[in-house]
Amino acid sequence: VSDYELDARRMLCPMPVIRTQDKVEQLKPGDTLCVVCTDPGAVHDIPAWCRVNGHQVTDIQQHEEEIRISVLVCDGQ
Amino acid sequence: MNKTRKAAALISGGLDSLLAAKVILDQGIHVEGINFFTGFCVEGHTHAIRKKDKAKPKRNNALWVAEQLGIKLHIIDIIEEYKDVVINPKHGYGSNLNPCLDCKIFMVHKAKEWIQEHGFDFIVTGEVIGQRPKSQRKDTMPVIARESGADELLLRPLCAKNLPPSKPELEGWVDRNKLHGFGGRTRKPQMALAAQFGLRDYAQPAGGCCFLTDRQYSQKLADLWKARGSRRYELDDIMLLKVGRHLRPRPHFKMIIGREDGENKFLHGYRKQYTHLFTRSHKGPLVLIDGEVTQEDIDLAAQIAARFSQGRNAAKVELEVQWLQGDRQTLSVVPIAVEAIEKDWYL
Repeated sequence: VSDYELDARRMLCPMPVIRTQDKVEQLKPGDTLCVVCTDPGAVHDIPAWCRVNGHQVTDIQQHEEEIRISVLVCDGQ
Repeated sequence: MNKTRKAAALISGGLDSLLAAKVILDQGIHVEGINFFTGFCVEGHTHAIRKKDKAKPKRNNALWVAEQLGIKLHIIDIIEEYKDVVINPKHGYGSNLNPCLDCKIFMVHKAKEWIQEHGFDFIVTGEVIGQRPKSQRKDTMPVIARESGADELLLRPLCAKNLPPSKPELEGWVDRNKLHGFGGRTRKPQMALAAQFGLRDYAQPAGGCCFLTDRQYSQKLADLWKARGSRRYELDDIMLLKVGRHLRPRPHFKMIIGREDGENKFLHGYRKQYTHLFTRSHKGPLVLIDGEVTQEDIDLAAQIAARFSQGRNAAKVELEVQWLQGDRQTLSVVPIAVEAIEKDWYL
């Protein structure tokens, strides 16, 4: 279970990425965030954003149209 | 010990901005990328919506570029502020509703604000003199630097040798001799430099990365403004202009007709904001109605929707209408004849 949840359903990329970025900026290393989205592009874009900005995707679950991406906030290095 | 200088590179996801950032990165500068999201970006959306585009890579090119370069990328939502650029461009539009020069000035201005907030030293863009007819000309390059407020903090590494030295060059933060003097519309120097860097698989430039450069999209936006009697839009409006067939059979209403399952699903998300209809007796599109409509209008819309369904040749097609006020209605209509759909209804 993640510490925080972000509802990005019906948003199209890059909006789920932007909302993830904005939320992660408010969190501290070690926090976990679950991004709930429906745009299949987010499955590629959120992990890519995490890789370039030094965070980790720990799990991706897809159930019908809904995608749940778990992010571990790191120190961004 | 020399201080490590920091540059913010505007990353569109295309080749030029990738190369510009790489040139500066290779000079030992700490580079981070900025990508602005205006709502009109071609990136992602349409690929994610349409099933026929499923085979296309869903990657966000700006993120892909950042990953290739090993730099951070900050994607910044400028949707609200950007409206003024689209609606009131001081320098006018290009061949469609593309306010390219004002857009570049605005983005560099936002980048200037960003470097001030984040303690960065200068801005890097992938501009090349002569590359684009509106915003990348010899006479407009100084306009961008001046009107954005970036002035000498704006460095264009791909054509720097054709321009007066910027502050990073004058101060010796970067070596001007290792910058480039590209110019004109040819892509060959960029492709050669990409090969030199061992870069392949970069996004191919194909008319820019903005829907506003697209003639048909611009026509739909102009129609939206005309129908509303004012030049304004919300994000949902400009997203919907990217999806479906748009027909305006009467001046006071427009139909947005899903072309396939992916688009129907996308439009389904807007069903509570619009009167909408869908076929029940045959497989067919979901149709949103934009505008205030009467029963007579809905009867016409139903006939048109039936024409775009698999019941197009049937004697009757049954549809369900869900009015914005919440009422439901079932209609049975004869699909409209192809020749009765006037050409100028298509936007």
